[in-house]
Amino acid sequence: MTRAFNRRLLFAGIVFVLVATVLPLWLSAYVLGVLTTAYYFGVFSMSWDLLFGFAGEVNFGPTFLIGLGAYTAALLDNAYHPPVVICIAAGALAALVGGVLLALPALRLRGPYFGLVTLVAVLLLQNAIVIFARFTGGEIGMTVPDVLSVDPKLNYCYALAFFVVSAILLYGLSRSAVGLILQASGQDAVEAQALGFNVTKHKLAAFSVSALFSGVAGAMLVFYMGAASVGTIIDIGIGVQIIIGAVLGGRRTILGPAIGAIFLVVGTELLRPLGQLNTFVIAGIALAVILFFPDGLLGHVLRPRENT
Amino acid sequence: MNALEARGLVKRYGGLVAVNDIGFDLHDGEILGLIGPNGSGKSTVMKLVMGIERPDAGSVKLDGVETVGWPSYRIARAGVGIVFQHSRPLHRQTVLENIKLALLPDSLLRLTATAGVDDRAREIADSVGLGDVLHRHPATLPFADLRRMEMAKAIARDPKVVLIDEPFAGLTGGEVETFSELIRALRAQGHAVLLVDHNVKSVAALADRVLAMYLGQQVSEGTVDEVMRNETVRRVYLGGTLEASQRNGAAAETRPSLLRVEDVSVFYGKAQALEHVDLHVNEGEFVSVVGLNGAGKTTLFNAISGLVPYAGTVAFGDHALAGRTPAAIARDGIVQCPESRQLFGDMTVRENLDLGGQHLPAEARAEQLAWLFELFPILESRQGQVARTLSGGEQQMLAIARALMMRPKLLILDEPTLGLAPVILEQLSNALERLRASTPITVLLGEQNVTFALPHADRVYLLEHARVVWEGEPAKFAAVMGEGYL
Repeated sequence: MTRAFNRRLLFAGIVFVLVATVLPLWLSAYVLGVLTTAYYFGVFSMSWDLLFGFAGEVNFGPTFLIGLGAYTAALLDNAYHPPVVICIAAGALAALVGGVLLALPALRLRGPYFGLVTLVAVLLLQNAIVIFARFTGGEIGMTVPDVLSVDPKLNYCYALAFFVVSAILLYGLSRSAVGLILQASGQDAVEAQALGFNVTKHKLAAFSVSALFSGVAGAMLVFYMGAASVGTIIDIGIGVQIIIGAVLGGRRTILGPAIGAIFLVVGTELLRPLGQLNTFVIAGIALAVILFFPDGLLGHVLRPRENT
Repeated sequence: MNALEARGLVKRYGGLVAVNDIGFDLHDGEILGLIGPNGSGKSTVMKLVMGIERPDAGSVKLDGVETVGWPSYRIARAGVGIVFQHSRPLHRQTVLENIKLALLPDSLLRLTATAGVDDRAREIADSVGLGDVLHRHPATLPFADLRRMEMAKAIARDPKVVLIDEPFAGLTGGEVETFSELIRALRAQGHAVLLVDHNVKSVAALADRVLAMYLGQQVSEGTVDEVMRNETVRRVYLGGTLEASQRNGAAAETRPSLLRVEDVSVFYGKAQALEHVDLHVNEGEFVSVVGLNGAGKTTLFNAISGLVPYAGTVAFGDHALAGRTPAAIARDGIVQCPESRQLFGDMTVRENLDLGGQHLPAEARAEQLAWLFELFPILESRQGQVARTLSGGEQQMLAIARALMMRPKLLILDEPTLGLAPVILEQLSNALERLRASTPITVLLGEQNVTFALPHADRVYLLEHARVVWEGEPAKFAAVMGEGYL
């Protein structure tokens, strides 16, 4: 990676943060609300990319981790009303523990089975929530007594800050020595082992980091929306949206998926006047990008040149 | 003291015994060659040493410490490095970064490389001759440099024992020399080196000792000369005394040409697998292409069948095959019976055969089936058996029979003897002889086992390092090439 590339990236990042910070001065509460959700989805997609793009493991169940974080936070808040921060921390911890418990056995599997296990995990969580409807509100969902803030501008700022910090940490991790080992493990696990790296350890660590960020983002999303429901947080369709966002933006780049996810959320919202057609159009765009630019919209821009 | 000590290694895959009671010693500063044809189990031995596969029995001691059962990262850290034949380097990182990877500690907390790693990586790169391409990406490197990079990664942590899988595969003559020098340098520095190769010749100049394997077992161990003179080794590679018999001799030359391969070259990425190959087969001829594993036989057949892209022309009858799909070529009448057999393992013998005859009218299919059962009586009694459970020899016969169900104009047999015991070879050989005597079929046979390939052939091509180096009658092959083949 060249220094010039780094400098360009840093510059682009600063411009983005500056522009995003001053947006609340002009934009309506409605638009800010859309962007707030979009930032959380950006974190979801970045966490997913760390697993898929770097560790080489396809996690079909990002919403399992997100759901664990979201529902743990919501249940705790309803039961004991601790400060919101405590609830979010508990959600993060639950996602981390649940993620590790899932990944430990799943990482022993080869081929497509890891992905299938993660998919089943989502269905299990979804069913558990419906079965324990007395506590969780079942399919209707549950409200939380506390929220992050009632001010859309403040909510926007929380989401933006969390998004930026996550992006810096995840991107930094992906570019570090640990990220290099992770990529080697993802590309050729046998060779990585033969170079002396405990591949399972590194993949498990990646899964934990992914779970942690997903859990925090899930919990914060609940306290932004004031409610948690299966349809908005755990449904397979949400997971698919996160994955499409990541692939659309350019997998293996961390920042690409963030932008792809934001594009998906904002695009769907912009096209709302089309009625039901909006998801259709967005899906069409996503399909075209994946077919014709498999590296994603930003794959080429965000990656250092490969053929010097 | 021995750097590496292996005793009684056994590895089974289901019913197949891939490695059977293999043991050897490897000293510091010594090169041991582990040779054997494809399927002999030598690569499995290497995987057992590295801990990529776990042996069913036996022991591997590294400096006197038992390592069987350790995960391979632990064995790597204990001092074993491996140069893979095929590997996937990090394509988005430079050569230097790829080498640095091998020097990183296995830690989750060290986010940056320690000081000195950069210098050490440069030093290693220089020592294997990568000094000038440090900042290039792997995708832009010539094949030989990629192999150097793999070598650099394997020796980065200064392992006591270096395992090298097929060190010269895909390299040209000059590059082979450079690589031999690198391997000699490893020995001079006191590393213990294990070379795994299918070819005795290529490691002959390098190895201090050689261990030859066949069908999972050790057939000979000693100096290069001793092993090459060993009767069993010669039989494994050549198949015993050379015989030749021609069916219709000169008559075949006057028949119309069925297949013409002209100036065909094939590249796999950067490795050249075929170099300007010319070959022709006349109608009704039985042509054998012989050559050691890796010479390019399978690639040649795959080019003919349209499975790999190539430069040059392949013509069948009077039309060129370029641009046609493999399926269209097969329907035209060129049917390949691949090295790996590709049977439908979960279907019965009969279902496999019926599938081959799918396009035939029912009557013709029954007729063809009856003829095949006459040719391979064993298959008739096994009709209801699931293909996966057949023995190796039976599977090979089924694969040939299935190909014949398609009523090919040209039957391509790729290495039918691969991994088969001698007694099965004879059955297969008899079946081919009957096939040749009773039908006017045209056959193109690829073989490493010369004794198997010669008796049936009307004409022989010898393929060596991606090139046709000899063409002629089998009788002459025995006289001219018999000695130099190994």
